[in-house]
Amino acid sequence: MNDMRHMERAVRVDTTKIAARDVQVFYGDTHAIKNVSVDIPDKTVTAFIGPSGCGKSTFLRCLNRMNDTISTARVEGHIEIDGEDIYDRRVDPVQLRAKVGMVFQKPNPFPKSIYDNVAYGPRIHGLARDRADLDGIVEKALRRAALWEEVKDRLSAAGTGLSGGQQQRLCIARAVATSPEILLMDEPCSALDPIATDQVENLIHELRENYSVVIVTHSMSQASRVSQKTAYFHLGELVEYGETGQIFTNPQDMRTENYITGRIG
Amino acid sequence: MTDATASGAVPSGAGQGSLLAKDQRTAKRNAAEGRFKIYGLIAVCIGIAALVLLLTSILTSGLSAFRQTTIAMQVTLDAERLDPSGVRDYDEMAKVTTFGYAPLLRDGLQATIAAAGIETELDPGDAMELISDESVAQLRNRVLNNPDLIGQTIEVNVLASGRIDGFYKGRVSYASAELDSNISPEQLQLAEALEERGALKTGLDWRFLTAPDASDTRPEAAGLGVAIIGSAYMMLIVLVLALPIGVAASIYLEEFAPQNRWTDLIEVNISNLAAVPSIVFGILGLAIFINFAGLPQSAPIVGGLVLTLMTLPTIIIATRAALKAVPPSIRDAALGLGASKMQSVFHHVLPLAMPGILTGTIIGLAQALGETAPLLLIGMVAFVREYPDTPLDGGFFDPATALPVQVFNWTQRSDPAFVERASGAIIVLLAFLLLMNLTAIFLRRRFERRW
Ligand SMILES: Nc1ncnc2c1ncn2[C@@H]1O[C@H](COP(=O)(O)OP(=O)(O)O)[C@@H](O)[C@H]1O
Ligand SMILES: [Mg+2]
Repeated sequence: MNDMRHMERAVRVDTTKIAARDVQVFYGDTHAIKNVSVDIPDKTVTAFIGPSGCGKSTFLRCLNRMNDTISTARVEGHIEIDGEDIYDRRVDPVQLRAKVGMVFQKPNPFPKSIYDNVAYGPRIHGLARDRADLDGIVEKALRRAALWEEVKDRLSAAGTGLSGGQQQRLCIARAVATSPEILLMDEPCSALDPIATDQVENLIHELRENYSVVIVTHSMSQASRVSQKTAYFHLGELVEYGETGQIFTNPQDMRTENYITGRIG
Repeated sequence: MTDATASGAVPSGAGQGSLLAKDQRTAKRNAAEGRFKIYGLIAVCIGIAALVLLLTSILTSGLSAFRQTTIAMQVTLDAERLDPSGVRDYDEMAKVTTFGYAPLLRDGLQATIAAAGIETELDPGDAMELISDESVAQLRNRVLNNPDLIGQTIEVNVLASGRIDGFYKGRVSYASAELDSNISPEQLQLAEALEERGALKTGLDWRFLTAPDASDTRPEAAGLGVAIIGSAYMMLIVLVLALPIGVAASIYLEEFAPQNRWTDLIEVNISNLAAVPSIVFGILGLAIFINFAGLPQSAPIVGGLVLTLMTLPTIIIATRAALKAVPPSIRDAALGLGASKMQSVFHHVLPLAMPGILTGTIIGLAQALGETAPLLLIGMVAFVREYPDTPLDGGFFDPATALPVQVFNWTQRSDPAFVERASGAIIVLLAFLLLMNLTAIFLRRRFERRW
């Protein structure tokens, strides 16, 4: 299985994982996303940047249909993952979200033990054959999230008792434990101190090996550190999308340039 | 920092002058705060005083209900008299009424008086008035339930009559006995003589909790047995019906229902329902459960159903508040992992809302336990002497009363001894409420301790 993955990766590098076409999102009468089309490649970190309120989170939440949970939200257009339309009537969003994991802006561990937090996804999706198997999955996920060493002796302690940075890494471990193919992260470091931020950024680097990662961030330095691709949103529109290096050194659009040089906040 | 503003553009205002002296505004604010604290303290004191007053008045007049004056004596159960046919057949023996048993107790009392060497001018019939009429019926029941006793001489501890009991609880005195057609000073003297010889005692007696109600002339025998069973049955029905229905309705409304005019309408209606006077539910119960559905009157099943209707809004409102208080981020976390809506609710939201739900439920149950008005309308104020069967034998359909209704009932009776009974019943009711509140606190702690 591992071999196959390697092969697949070799073939799939730079293939499109998510393809969005003419996506519109409305919250009641508010037009929050206007005509966004974007191709997000596999095994890459893609950063969404832009001033607050420009629709980054909204667009991110389209990719795992979390907008379905907001009664006023309406999504139009096409979004395909691996060539399959995720807004097709036959798609069950519950199944989709097992494939597209999400890490939220504010760490939101369940008020349960660390172990149960990580084991929750595998349990509901039946990913583990037995207890030992589940233990293995939990350990692996915590290791990936660089949290294992800190919590291995207190797996039965409350997840909510961890520090903010640890909680966010726990949430990442929790998302990773269900083996998603895509990981969406909405400003995962906004509540973290610089050290914790650094740990999470390192983590994102490693996650890229296996996942395609989409990260919303308001920190431009973070975008330039962790991402290969960057998309700049402005007032609900996708203004510019390209290689991170190019966006930061040679933006094509005035609005992008103003933003990265600090003239739009 | 203060320097900067003080020396800056703002010329006057806060922060100027010495910090060691209070400026006028600060003094004023402090005074207002001090006054407010005093008002609050006064309010709390008034509340506590009212509570203390209430409790002392109830305890002083009601605690004596748990004590009872009894007379110990030997009774010879004469076979000739009690079972003339001699075959120990229940139906035959039942033909002997209490009139057949009264002489036995009268003789027993006379024997006790004689054995104690007490001189009295009272004839045996007048002396017999020391004993509660209920005791005769109790003796008869005892014999009917255990025919082997016939022919033996048994030890009995009979209830003293209400006036004698009252004498030992301070309700009756020699002076009042002079004016009372039900008791004479001579009878009180006899009681005192019996007490001196140890035959008559006043002590703790749990019959108040276990005995059924008794007639107007026998306050000493009136107990809460039927009322406690009736209340317990109704609470069981309310819990079993209202909790699942209420929680399911709340979960649906809060987590699944679309937000539209219909759900708004339902919401308004539920809030209004919580404010409907309870007697209205009684009329509803009378019309629907008794007149339409044909359920029996005075039955715990009807009382339980009416109280369920009354408790539902309370539980729904409390549960919805508890569900609303669960942070949305928990739902997002579960949904984001691919949990279904139902999984997110049952695995994460509900456990977090549990303390609130339980508190609401127990508050609702406590309300239901103390509710009187609707039960009066469905006939639970009836005089019931028979214990209802166990729930498995259809006990929910047997006539019963309820604690608050029993209190109401007793306060309607003329004999002052019933004031004591009613207060005693209130103590029992309060004890149950206290127990329920403690359960609520205990459950809250338990559920909250899981972080
Ligand atoms: N649940 C919602 N209901 C209504 N409007 C919303 C909701 N969430 C976001 N919006 C609006 O959509 C726009 C985009 O918001 P968002 O995607 O959160 O921006 P960003 O993440 O870039 O700061 C904003 O104008 C915001 O007010
Ligand atoms: Mg956002």
